[in-house]
Formats: sequence, C-alpha cells, structure tokens
Amino acid sequence: MVGKVMNKEKGKYLIEGEKGKWEVVIGLEVHAQVSSNSKLFSGSSTKFGADPNTQVSLVDSAFPGMLPVINEFCVQQAIKTGLGLNAKINSYSVFDRKNYFYADLPQGYQISQYKNPIVGEGKITLDLPSGTKTIGIERLHLEQDAGKSIHDLDPSNTYVDLNRSGVALMEIVSKPDLSSPDEVNAYIKKLRSIMRYLGTCDGNMQEGSLRADVNVSVRKEGNKELGTRCEIKNVNSIKFMQMAIIYEAQRQVELLESGKSIDQETRLFDTKKNETRSMRSKEDAHDYRYFPDPDLLPLNLNKELIENIKKNLPELPDQKKERFINNYSLTAYEANVLVSEKEISDYFEEVVKTSDIKLAKNWIMGDLFASLNEKNISISQSRVTAKKMSQLIDSISSGVISGRTAKEVFEIMKESGEEPDKIIESKGLQQKSDPKELEKIIEKILTDNKDKVEQYKSGKDKLFGFFVGQVMKISGGKANPQLVNQILKDKLKK
Amino acid sequence: MADLTKKSLTEIVSLIKKKEIKSEEVTNLFIKNIENDKKLNSFITNSNEHAVKKAKNFDKNPKFDTLLPGIPIAVKDLFCTKGVKTTAGSKMLDNFIPNYESTITKNLWNEGAFLLGKLNCDEYAMGSSNETSFFGNVMNPVAENTVPGGSSGGSASALAADLTPTTIGTDTGGSIRQPASFTGTVGLKPTYGLCSRWGIVAFASSLDQAGPMTKTVEDCALMLEAMAGFDEKDSTSINKKKENYSKNLTSNIKGLKIGIPKEYRVDGMPKEIDKLWENGKKILKESGAEIIDISLPNTKYALPTYYIVAPAEASSNLARYDGVKYGFRSNKGTNLIEMYENTRSEGFGDEVKRRILIGTYVLSSGYYDAYYIKAQKVRQLIKSDFDESFKKVDAILTPSTPSAAFKIGEKKNDPISMYLNDIFTVPVNLAGIPAISIPAGTDNNNYPLGLQLIGKTLDEQKLLNIAFATEKKINFKQNLNRWWEK
Amino acid sequence: MSIDKDKIKHVSKLARISVDERKIDDLTKDLSSIFKFIEQLNELNTDKVEPLSSILNEPLRYRKDEINDGKIRDKILENSPKKNEEFFVVPKVIE
Repeated sequence: MVGKVMNKEKGKYLIEGEKGKWEVVIGLEVHAQVSSNSKLFSGSSTKFGADPNTQVSLVDSAFPGMLPVINEFCVQQAIKTGLGLNAKINSYSVFDRKNYFYADLPQGYQISQYKNPIVGEGKITLDLPSGTKTIGIERLHLEQDAGKSIHDLDPSNTYVDLNRSGVALMEIVSKPDLSSPDEVNAYIKKLRSIMRYLGTCDGNMQEGSLRADVNVSVRKEGNKELGTRCEIKNVNSIKFMQMAIIYEAQRQVELLESGKSIDQETRLFDTKKNETRSMRSKEDAHDYRYFPDPDLLPLNLNKELIENIKKNLPELPDQKKERFINNYSLTAYEANVLVSEKEISDYFEEVVKTSDIKLAKNWIMGDLFASLNEKNISISQSRVTAKKMSQLIDSISSGVISGRTAKEVFEIMKESGEEPDKIIESKGLQQKSDPKELEKIIEKILTDNKDKVEQYKSGKDKLFGFFVGQVMKISGGKANPQLVNQILKDKLKK
Repeated sequence: MADLTKKSLTEIVSLIKKKEIKSEEVTNLFIKNIENDKKLNSFITNSNEHAVKKAKNFDKNPKFDTLLPGIPIAVKDLFCTKGVKTTAGSKMLDNFIPNYESTITKNLWNEGAFLLGKLNCDEYAMGSSNETSFFGNVMNPVAENTVPGGSSGGSASALAADLTPTTIGTDTGGSIRQPASFTGTVGLKPTYGLCSRWGIVAFASSLDQAGPMTKTVEDCALMLEAMAGFDEKDSTSINKKKENYSKNLTSNIKGLKIGIPKEYRVDGMPKEIDKLWENGKKILKESGAEIIDISLPNTKYALPTYYIVAPAEASSNLARYDGVKYGFRSNKGTNLIEMYENTRSEGFGDEVKRRILIGTYVLSSGYYDAYYIKAQKVRQLIKSDFDESFKKVDAILTPSTPSAAFKIGEKKNDPISMYLNDIFTVPVNLAGIPAISIPAGTDNNNYPLGLQLIGKTLDEQKLLNIAFATEKKINFKQNLNRWWEK
Repeated sequence: MSIDKDKIKHVSKLARISVDERKIDDLTKDLSSIFKFIEQLNELNTDKVEPLSSILNEPLRYRKDEINDGKIRDKILENSPKKNEEFFVVPKVIE
C-alpha cells in the first residue's frame, strides 16, 4: 500500500488519494546534543558508551536537596548555533520545568525552556534539485536529556540507566515549511552540516546525538489551512524519518478520505513493521504544567558576549559555497557537494593547496566518494588521506602515471593506505616517456604490420587506434599516451 | 554545673574556650536530657554515640579558634546528613541514608560542632503544628498537649527543653519564626540566598531558607555567622563576603527608624498580642529608635498567594519521590504507573498529598494563568510594598503570630485556620527578606508570644542589633516546670 | 472556578497519587474551602503588574564545562528499593 500512490510532478510531492491530491506538511523538532564535556547542570561526563549509571551524579539522579548549576559552555554553544541559523538571540530567557513521570526522568521533571527560549526565529536555506528553498526556524532552546529505559533485559522488569540523564540538548524547532521526505533529508543534512561546521553538535545519529520528533499533517492540494498533525516521537535516522512520513501521510489521507478525522496525538515509529502507532502511555501526560524553575535564575545575556561569539564564528557552508564557486571555478552543484560536510571541504581545500583543482574535484567526487559509499565510511575514516590524494593527483599532472594507471593505484591505496609514490615505484607503474625508447617500439610495430600501414595511408583512419593499442600492449600500458600519439602521427605521415 | 544545659550557646562556647568544661561533659549533659524527652517526641534519630565520640575527639585535640568549638547540635531532619538517616518527617524517606552532607550542616561541623541528632518536623516541612509528621506529634515544653508550632516543631521543642544548646530549622512560610514564638525562643529567617539550600530536602524552592533557632539573640548572631556563606553548588546563593554578626552585635540602635504596619492588626487577635506589640514600640522608642506608621497594603493577599506558589513548587519538587532511586516503594501494583500511584499514595501523608494536589491543579493547563501567574503578580506587589516601606524605615515591627500555642488536634481538621497561623510570617518569605522572632511575653495561659522584626535584604546585622536591644529590655524568662520529665 | 471530584481525580492522576474513594468527599470539601480562600486574589486588579520572575537580583552564575562528578554508581544505587549491580529496576513499563 505505502508508496504506491506517490507522484512527483515538477518537483512537487503529492499523494494521490481516491478523491484528489494531497500535500504533506512537515515540521521537525530536532534534538541535538551539545558537544560538551559535562552535563547541562552537573559535572558528570557525557561520553558515549560508558557502563550503565557510571556517568551519574547526585544531581542527575535527583537526590533530595540537589540543585542545578548551569554549564557556561552549553549556553555559548546554543548562542553559536542560533547565530549559525541566522536567528535572533534572546538576551532574556528562562528555564522552565516540564513535569511528567517516567522511570528515566529522575526529577519527575525535565528542565527545559518554554515561553522564553534562548534563540528565536531564524532560517536555513536548502539546495534542492528544483532550486533553493528557505525553511523557517521557529526557535532553539536548551534542555536536559532523559535517561534510558531498557525493556528487553528482563521479562517482568524495566532497567534504568541514567548516564544520559541531564546531558545538554538543543531543541531546534522548524516551521511547518517542509513538504516532502526529500526536503526532510536535505534539511537534516544541512542542519547537521551547520552544527558540525560550528562544532556545537557532532550530529552522530547512531549514538543518539541527533534525533527528531516529526510533525506530519496533510491537506488537499492548494489548501492554505493546516490539517491536524500527529507527532512521531524520537526518530533517530533520516531513513526512518522518511519512512515514517511516507507511512503517516498515507494513513492520514486514507482516514480523511474515508470521512474520519485525525486525532492530534503522539505516535511511535516501529522500524520493524514500518508503521506508526499511537503511544497510549503518553496520552495522560500531555499536561506538562510548565513553570519557571525556582532553582535557577533567568538567563540574561549581555550584548558583548553575543557579539564576541559572532565575531569568532567560523565560515559556514553557505559562505564557503560562494567562495568555492568564486575561487575554484566550481559549478554550484560541485560546490554544494564539496561543502556539504566540513570534513569534505577541509579535504578538498587541503588537496588543492598543492594540486590541480580540476583533477582534485573529479577524483574526490568520483573515485573517492565511490569508495566511501562502498565501505560506508566517512571521508575522515578513509585510508586515502588528503595528502596521499594530492600525491596521486600530482603524479598524473606531471605525467608519471596515466589517469588509467592512477585508478589502479587508487584501488590499492583505498585498501592499504599506502602512499601512491611507493605503489608506483614498487609495481614499476611509471609511464614510459622516453621518446627514443617509444620510437623503437613503434618502428617495430609498423614494420610488423606493413599491410595495416598501407590501409591507414589509403584512408582507413580508424586503424590509428589499433597502432596505439599495440604500443600499449607491448609497453605493458606504461607508455605515455600523449607521446605515443605524437610519434605515431609523425611516423605514419611519412 | 547542673544548669549548664539551660545556659546560652554563647556561654557554653565561652566555658569550653576557657577550658572550664569539656565537650564530652557538655555532650553527656544534653544526652541525659534527651533520654527524658520521650513525651516531647522531638527527636527522630539520636546520634548519641557519634556525638560522644566526636566530643572525645575534640577534647583530645581541641581547636578553640572556631565559632562552635566542641558543641553538640541536633538539627531539623530536613538537612541531609552523611551516613545518618534523613526522613523529612515522612514515611517516604523512613529508610533514606544520604551519602552526602548538606552545605549548612557541613558549615557547622567546620566550625567545630557535631551532630547530636535529627529533630522531628512536619512532613516535608508542610505544617504549622508538627502534627503532620509520620513520626508523630511533637509537644511543646511550655505545656502538655500543646503544639510547638511547625514545621520546625521538633527543633523548637528540643531547644526550649534544653535538649540541644542551639538548633537549625528551615522557614518557607514561618517554619522557624512561628515555632520560636510558640516556645519562647529566638528564630531567624535569613535573606533568601544567604544560606545555601544544597542538601536540604526541598519544599518550595523560591521560599525555603535555613536559619538558626537559639535561646538568645547573641546565640542567633553566632549561629548565623557559622551557617551563612556563598555556595557555588546553589544557583540561588548570593555571592558576598562573610560577615561577623556576633562580633559586630550592638544594642545601640539610636536613630533607627522602625515601621509599624497597620495591616498587621487583625480581627480576633488576643489583646495580649496588642499589648506586647505596644510594649515593643515603647522599648524601641526608649532605645532611641523612631517609630513610624507605615502601610503594607497587600498583606492580606500574602497567604492566598503563598498557598498557590508554595504548593506549585512543592508539587514539582516532590515528583522525585517515586520509589525508583531511594526511599519507600509500595509493593502493590504490577506496572510502573501503578507502582508510582501506590508508592506516592502510601508514602505521603494527607497534608503533603493535599498540597501536591493543589500545586498540580494551579499549574495545570487552563488554570496556570488564573492561579500561578496571578500569584506571581501579587507576589510582585507584596515585594514592592516592602521595597517602598524600606525607603522610609530600617526595620518593621510586628507580632510573630496571631495567637500563642494551641492544643494538639485543635486545628487539625480545619486547614484554613491552620494556615492562618502564618499570616504574619508568610509575607517575608514571599519578599525574600530577613526576619527574626524574639520572645516578647506570654498570653493569659502563660504561653509565650513573640515579636517579629523584619529587615531589608541582607540587612541581618541591623536586624540582630535591634533584636538584641529589644531582648535586653523585654527580659523574657522561660519558666518551664519540665512536666515531660515527670 | 470551583474544584470538584472529577477535577480532583484528574489532578491526582497527573500527580500520580491514587486517591482513596472513601476519602474523596472530605478532600473535595477541604480543597474547595482552600480554593475559595485562594480566590480572594481575584479582588485585586493586576492587569498592569508583571509577574515576579525571580526573588533575587543576581545574575545566573555559570559553571565551567569540567568533568568533576559521576563514577559513583554504588552510591547512586545504594538507596534504591530495587536494583541490580548496574541498574535501577522498576516494574515493566508498558509503551
């Protein structure tokens, strides 16, 4: 059922129902873990993967009389991220308590920001196949993460690990400006890229550093009013977000077309069954009774602090893209790809520091990306470092090896991480570029194939390729092709 | 020195410093009194052995350059004490042994004192008569079957009965000053933020403040000096230099202006209270102070405001008592939600549950603006009333309570009349300012009554000075027949 | 705005406190009188008053981003009514 009725026309994502076409309206609440050493309100570590309950203080486990004290670094990172999202930084913000009971919420409330968040409205520009699209940011606020409930270690009990309890999160709320799973993909990637450039969040979705609640509603094509939305909680990969949206939008269309209405509710995405379902246990917890946390004072930010952070902001993807287009004569598409991840742009810039730009972009976006995909690794994990890539490109530029040989060398490099010069040396892959040596080979070929020489001279031009092939065969592929062409042309003229 | 336990803290400190008595002797004398306190029920936990050990250690290696050398002190059971059960007067924490020490008690121990025991109090400090404690009523040494006030009722009772040379309490709406008034002792609620809240079981975070309870104003200055101080672990702790309240204590209050708020004269108040108030004015005038009539127009709204703000904060502060990490867990119920509901229903007493429900209600969707925001607005008005008054006066003199100690059970079934006990003390907490209650005389039952002096933010020294001058001239004498020992 | 049994039941659900059916009438009576008392505040016009945001005139104080706590699992777990060597243990949660 799901996915069958999708239709893309002119880049617009519509669902074809029985009774017409429907648009999907999507808003995201992204939870991004601040890259800090210690938690938002306590001095315990935030490091991923520690033994259960070893990164828990008396504050994180809510012992009687324990009090929160805010981490300065986390506040700065929120401001930085806000500035990276072209957003308004609020000089006055307040920490509120969001009250609900859950086993992994030791205080019985989460410290968050409700009415007065630290960051107000901003925007993100997406580069889509159909052009650019601006997505509005509603707000960004700081809050505590909860712990983890583990349901599958014991048939009758739930185990609670509070290592994550109190870790600082930035909740970044978009406006309902997204209208397809592809846009969601582009949005998350761009947001993640901005935060990685800033260094405020590592964006590691496998470790839970980036999760999202996805708000989905549908409306008849062209309708301006928003439909009733459902919130799909805590989705931790882009693929699952997309699958959840596709399922949920279809579900809503079917409900509406059969004359039923949508309940505004919280739903859970079941990745095994590929479906969303109502989270009944959360239903009566909807009344969160927010009120300002009396253990904390309002957060007043002075202008100098904000200006200072602004001054020291690194170059962000959009700015870098402009610079790449101007400085390296890249197309907008190429620049987009190369700035999409900070690591990629850093890699590119290191290679072109010494090496040919055109070769660099082709090799990075071609063979290197293919190898990353094949191995499912990031550029920083590749054994082909920027330095080695530079060496490889330089040996092409200087004629030491041909482009074809370079591919052979690259195949070895990506597995072993060996330096290209050493591979070329040890395998004797250097091109034969000595004209006298090549002349000897060519003369022998021409003597052995007199009939073909005659045919060529009488107009059968295609035989030129045959002669080149013979030279390559005899030289073991190492003959410099430009030189071979030149000598052959000279000899065949005579 | 048979009467030693009747002496003031300052006198005992001086005797120890002069080496006229050993810490162990002092400690044993108090322990002897404690052993006779069964009828008062002021202790939840005795730390006799610990105290004697500490006293012996002190005597072996005495350090006299501290504020409280070798002094045993019993504290309200709301302060977390490392390795010693801390109950907050609740079944919920009946088995809770913290592995950390509250900043305030740590400050006392750093000044040479040590723990003598944990004192009974209203459950989670919610009460004005010490009748809500899971560990039973506390009686007032003043008369059998009367309440000692609350919530620091055990502290007031133990102090008045000479079971501890001094003690500490917490005051959210009057929980130090009202029991001090009922037992003929001195109690100070400091400026919000002067004493760290770290390690004190929280009731209402924006109102809670720890303070000293003592036999004399001089003792009060000494104790405040030991307790107060900046604590980086409490975001609401004020970062300021320590003050020498005891050294700077003086009864010279010439030229100070004392305000008398007309709104503190309420209907049905016993005549004796009015008389004592008048006497207070007279004494202050004689001491060279100027008496000025002032108005605190929003006084009558303080109590309704308090009964929104305090329960709202409490409903959230007490959410952590869920049977997961520490304390009581009900074994009824098969899933998490049932476990929560049974644990909290069985673990909390009626008054605590009542306040959690009030607090939950005033914060709930659709009622938040009408109750909580409204209360925060009125709280602003009440604070402004004080701010305005303090432009004209140095301190304000009022009665501490609208009546003297009442009989156990007398008000237990009428929450409003119980809440009205705090009518004169609550505005001070809402405004975050300091106030002290000192014994001023007795009513016609011979039960003690107190006068309250209210000061500006961080103006504790002046407040202590005025109290010191007043105390001298009132010359209140505690005269107990020690019925509980018979 | 008066409080009634249904509201009390709703609120007790939110507060995770089960209320004894036998006690609910008394509770309703008590809470009604308390709310009547509280609602005296409605006599006051507070339209132009800003709600108090903090009782202190101090700025929020920051902590440095340093790891100086944690690694005390035994202490964290020792008071728990039900635990094993690594975790707090609670009755099964139904999602």
